[in-house]
Amino acid sequence: MADTISPPLPITGARERTGGRAGLALNAFFAMLRRDLVVTGREFIPFLLQALMQPLFFLFIFGKILPGIGLAAPHFATLMLPGIVALTGMIAAMQGVTLPLVLDLGYAREIDDRLLSPLATWWVPLEKVLFAAIRGTIASSVIFPLGWLILSTGFAVRSDRIPTLICMVILTALVGSTIGLLMGTVIKPEQISLMFTLIFTPLLFTGCTYYPWGALGNVRWFQVVTLFNPLTYAAEGLRYSMVPPFGGHDFPTLGVSWILVALGTSVVLMFLLGTRTFLRRVVS
Amino acid sequence: MATPNFAQDRDSAPAAIEVRNLVKRYPKSASNAVDGVSFEVGRGEIFGLLGPNGAGKTTIIGALTTFIVPTAGSASIMGFDVAHRPIDVKQRIAVVPQQSNLDRSLKVREILTFHAAYHGTARRQREMLADKLLEELGLGDRKNEKVNRYSGGMSQRIMIARALMHEPDVLFLDEPTNNLDPQSRLFLWERIRDLNAKGLTILLTTHDMDEADRLCQRIAVMDHGKILVNDTPRELKKLIPGGTVLEVRAYARPTESTRAGELLIAALRDMPGVTKVDEVADDAPEPTQAGAGQFGGPGAGRSPAPVPPQSSAPANEPGILSYRVYADSANALIGPVAQAVVSCGAEVRDLSVKQPTLEEVFIFLTGRHLR
Ligand SMILES: Nc1ncnc2c1ncn2[C@@H]1O[C@H](COP(=O)(O)OP(=O)(O)O)[C@@H](O)[C@H]1O
Ligand SMILES: [Mg+2]
Repeated sequence: MADTISPPLPITGARERTGGRAGLALNAFFAMLRRDLVVTGREFIPFLLQALMQPLFFLFIFGKILPGIGLAAPHFATLMLPGIVALTGMIAAMQGVTLPLVLDLGYAREIDDRLLSPLATWWVPLEKVLFAAIRGTIASSVIFPLGWLILSTGFAVRSDRIPTLICMVILTALVGSTIGLLMGTVIKPEQISLMFTLIFTPLLFTGCTYYPWGALGNVRWFQVVTLFNPLTYAAEGLRYSMVPPFGGHDFPTLGVSWILVALGTSVVLMFLLGTRTFLRRVVS
Repeated sequence: MATPNFAQDRDSAPAAIEVRNLVKRYPKSASNAVDGVSFEVGRGEIFGLLGPNGAGKTTIIGALTTFIVPTAGSASIMGFDVAHRPIDVKQRIAVVPQQSNLDRSLKVREILTFHAAYHGTARRQREMLADKLLEELGLGDRKNEKVNRYSGGMSQRIMIARALMHEPDVLFLDEPTNNLDPQSRLFLWERIRDLNAKGLTILLTTHDMDEADRLCQRIAVMDHGKILVNDTPRELKKLIPGGTVLEVRAYARPTESTRAGELLIAALRDMPGVTKVDEVADDAPEPTQAGAGQFGGPGAGRSPAPVPPQSSAPANEPGILSYRVYADSANALIGPVAQAVVSCGAEVRDLSVKQPTLEEVFIFLTGRHLR
C-alpha cells in the first residue's frame, strides 16, 4: 500500500475538458450501454432461461401436443407463434428495466453514479429503455429457431415481409421497455411481486397472444377491451408480418398502419411518463 | 472566454463552493430541512459541516450535487450555478455518500473504469488510473471481486477511489468515517489530507467533533437547518468563555461541605482572569473530554447566541465539591486554586486543565450535547 494517494489532481480546476456537450453526453451514454451489456453478458444463460422457459413450453404444448392429439387445429401453431414472439420480447424488455430500476431507486441508489455523469438526467432512462429493448429483441429472435425446431410443419414465416417483421420485433421490445420504465419508477420495492401479478396477468391474457384479434368478432366487448392493450398490436403486427396467405388471401389482422400508430404512440407516451416519474424519483 | 493569463485568473477565480441563502423544505414537511444557509469554501480548503443527525448536512450536499432542488437560494461550484449549469457542475464534483451506492453488478476495478468512462476518460488512461488508485487505497488484490462482500471500510475506500477517477475539483464526503473501525478511520483521515495537499477542495460532513477538529480548516456548526457559527477550529474554541477550563474536585467533611463550598466558589470567582465558575454534578457521567459533563449556560455578556442557561442542581456524594472554572489561563490558576481549597477547610481530590474542544463549543452554542 503506497503512502500517498496520487491521481493527477488538478490544482485549480484548470484541467482542460475537451469535447462538446453532445460528445460528452454520447460518450457517457455509450459507456452506460456498455456497462449494461457487460453485466447482462455475464449472466447470459440465466437471462435466456428466464426469458425463454415459458414460451418454450407454450410452443411445445399448444403448438405440438394439442394439435397432435386433435385438440387444436394444425394451423393454430402458425397463428400462435407470432403471439409468442411478441409476448416474449415484450416481457423480456419489461423485466430488463423494471426490476433493476425498482431496486436502484429503492434503497441502494446504485444509479447515482450514472446520474452524476456529464449528461442531462433524462439520458439515463433513455439508456435503460434502449438497453432493455435490446434484451427484448434478442429474446424474441431466439423464438424463431426454437419454433422451427419444435413446431416443424407449424412453423411459418412470410419471406416477403422480413423488414416489417424486424421493425415489429424492435417496436414490440420498445413498447415493453417503456412500460417497464414507467412500472419501475412507480413501484415500491415491497410491492414488486404484487404489481407483477396485477399487471402481467391481464396483460398476458388480453393481449391477443394466443388468438388472433379477428377471431374475437363474436365476443365484441372483449375484442374492444383488447384494443387497450399494446400487446394486442404487437401480436397482430407480428401476425401481419409472419403468417403466410391461406388460399390466396392474406390472413386478416388489424390494419398495419393502425398497428404502427398504436405501437409508436405507446412507446412515446410511456417513455415521457416514465421519464417524468424517473426524474421525480431521483431529484427531490 | 479563455483567459490567457492564468495566474491572474487564479486570483479572481470564483470560490470552489458558494452557497447563498439556501432553503430546502421537503414536500409534506412542516419545517425547512435547510433554513437559509450561506457559506463559501475557498479552493483547496477542507471545510466541515458539523452537526447532529437531522441538522440538514446531507440535504446541503444534495443541493450542491444536483440531486436536490432548493426551495430558495442558490449554490455554485467553481463558479457554475448548480441549477443552471448542472453538467458543468457534474464534471467538477465527486460525491462519496453516507451509504454505499456502489454498483454491485460490477467488479471493483470495473466500478472505477466505468465511472471514468461515463466521464469520457480514454480507455488507456482510465485503466492506468484505476490500477494506481486501487494500489494506493490498498485494494490492489481485490480488484476482481464484486462489492457485496466488503466491509464498510472497504466500500468507503472504493467509493473514494471511484470519486477520484474523473479528477474532480471538489470532493463531497458525507460522514466519511461514520461506522468505521478506528484503524480505517485513521487511514481515511490520512488519505483526505493527502488529497487536500494535492489541491483538492473537500467538503465533509460529520457529527464527530474530533474528526472535524483534526481535518477541517474551517467548520460550520449546524443545528436545525441553520449554521450557528462558521470559523476555524481555533477561533471556534475561543467562543468558550475565557478560553480554557480548570476542573477541580475537593472533599470536605459532609457537615462542613456546604459552608466550604460557598467559600470556595467565592474565592474562585475572585481569582484573576476567571470568567465563569460552574458547579458540576459529580454523579454526571464522567466526561471523557472536557465539556461532556455538565455545562452551564454561556458566560454573562459573552454569549454569541442566546441560550437558556441550564440550571443544574448538583447532587454530589456527601462532601464532594466539584467545579469548572473558565479562565483566560487555567494553567496559571492551578496553584492558587489548590491553596484556596485548603484555606476553605477542604482537601484537593483532583485538579485538571481541560483544553476546550469543539464538543464544548457545540454545547455552549446549543445548550445540549451533539449526539
Ligand atoms: N427525502 C426527504 N424527505 C423528507 N424529509 C427529509 C428527506 N431527507 C431528509 N429529510 C429531513 O430533513 C432533515 C435534514 O436531514 P438531513 O439533511 O439528512 O440531515 P443530516 O444529514 O444532517 O443528518 C431531517 O429532519 C430529515 O428528516
Ligand atoms: Mg446525513
